[in-house]
Amino acid sequence: MTHMPSIGRDDVARLADLARIQLTDEEIDRFAGEFDSIMDAVASVSEVATEDVPATSHPIAMTNVFREDVVETTLTQEQALAGAPEAQDGRFAVPQILGEE
Amino acid sequence: MTPQNQTDIIRRSAAAQAAALTAGEVSSEELTRAHLDRIAAVDGDLNAFLHVNTEEALAAAREVDTRRAAGEELHALAGVPIAVKDVVVTEGQPTTAGSKILEGWIPPYDATLVTKLRAAGLPLLGKTNMDEFAMGSSTETSAYGPTRNPWDRDRIPGGSGGGSAAAVGAYEAPLAIGTDTGGSIRQPGAVTGTVGVKPTYGSVSRYGLIAMASSLDQAGPVTRTVEDSALLHELIAGHDPHDSTSLSDPVGPFAAAARSKDVKGLRVGVIEELAGEGFAPEVSARFTESLDQLERAGAEIVRVSCPNFRYALGAYYLIMPSEASSNLAKFDGMRFGLRVVPEDHPTAENVMKATRGAGFGDEVKRRILLGTYALSAGYFDAYYGSAQKVRTLVQRDFAAAFEQVDVLASPTAPTVAFRLGEQVDDPTAMYMNDIATIPANLAGVPGISLPSGLAEDGLPAGIQFLAPARADERLYRVGGALEALLEDSWGGPLLAKAPELTGGMN
Repeated sequence: MTHMPSIGRDDVARLADLARIQLTDEEIDRFAGEFDSIMDAVASVSEVATEDVPATSHPIAMTNVFREDVVETTLTQEQALAGAPEAQDGRFAVPQILGEE
Repeated sequence: MTPQNQTDIIRRSAAAQAAALTAGEVSSEELTRAHLDRIAAVDGDLNAFLHVNTEEALAAAREVDTRRAAGEELHALAGVPIAVKDVVVTEGQPTTAGSKILEGWIPPYDATLVTKLRAAGLPLLGKTNMDEFAMGSSTETSAYGPTRNPWDRDRIPGGSGGGSAAAVGAYEAPLAIGTDTGGSIRQPGAVTGTVGVKPTYGSVSRYGLIAMASSLDQAGPVTRTVEDSALLHELIAGHDPHDSTSLSDPVGPFAAAARSKDVKGLRVGVIEELAGEGFAPEVSARFTESLDQLERAGAEIVRVSCPNFRYALGAYYLIMPSEASSNLAKFDGMRFGLRVVPEDHPTAENVMKATRGAGFGDEVKRRILLGTYALSAGYFDAYYGSAQKVRTLVQRDFAAAFEQVDVLASPTAPTVAFRLGEQVDDPTAMYMNDIATIPANLAGVPGISLPSGLAEDGLPAGIQFLAPARADERLYRVGGALEALLEDSWGGPLLAKAPELTGGMN
């Protein structure tokens, strides 16, 4: 952990691809220049995160939160589609899902 | 109403405005119009509001006046208008979370806390400016321009909820809603001379909050007085079946605690790791003087150590981006918000990339990328896994401290408001603004910030108190008492020392 590899342009471009964000070359350069110092600033967590310390994912522990299995009011189809960039026949209209290849 | 009457009424606390409504001294329509007039006069200078809801607010006010005239039993705050941070969805009113990706979006439903506000008869004045998706400590990452600090228009109002804090501090609204993931209610409170409370995680429903980090986010009150925060907290809290993390505990009594003004025997712990180095001298001096006031009133001041707090900032800046990268995956250009269609190969994947590339600002992209990195195979255990362990250690520090004391205290933020643009290009410096507020979010414990006095450059500083989870009442007890002691020493509220806003300064 103390020897994490530095984060370069290629890494930022790959992360952006995974996160589905199109970045300009200028943005890739800028983020690549910042990430090492940000990750250095947070890397200290490994100093105390020893094997015997359990992880906490949620501040107030809760288990099995259920409600009664009854039908509730939900958004109407019209409401659900009201903010869509494009809708057709009562459905969300989306671009072609698969590429040509 | 005459302009003088308007000025007089909007400067009162929300509790005093509610009393004036009950006494028939003013109608809710007049009170709401007085605030709308104030917004029209000064918001050009501040940019605290992204949307002003004039007609609907006045209609809601008239309805409350009618119900009051008919002798109906009304909520204590009925007819007192309120501003809502733009990260909270409001049916029929635009909600952007400060982002271009949601420009023009009208939510089809209300957040649970908004449902409660409407049911209690609080006219919604509008939506307040914020850092984009609440990611920032200065309101400068808003896609709609920064909010300015009412004390000095060249300074930041804090963030992410700078709009709510500035609106309340500038008498544009007596009450506002904020959200606090790492300090976004408390730090703006500190740098604007106002009061803000982050309740215990789960005290207020998160249903209808546009999530940044689901295990850290919590909505709460933004006000000018501790009592007003208590009244608003009582109104918006409570179990909500739509939020499976909301607590089923009984709510309050918070307002009674705020009014008790009794700290005899209260044990106040000063967190050694959040004092001295890194905190501006005058901010520290106002903090120490506040503790002296409490001690003279019968509280016991104790030094406590929370050794793992030094790792809290690192843990936060791993957990928060990780959760944010997941939460913001829903902005895909398919179901709501912006859609950008590239000319070449407009497949769903490319539309999503183009939409997010165009719709998200720098800080949002930065945090999504950091979160994607921290969660990626090979690094997960070292980063996210370690951060979750630090979370356990921070909780243990709180548990040990609260065995010795009733509440903990620190300055809310390390400095007074800095200048617009001063830290915008240095993310690691910007992240340091949250050093004192973040531990509470990691552990889920409640915190309050209230003014401690004027510090560097004659600008306000804040003092923060933290209490054990589910013991929010203690914050109101110590906060209400200290506020009264300090206002006695100042000869009135700190905000009375703020310069007049004249309007039209752009």
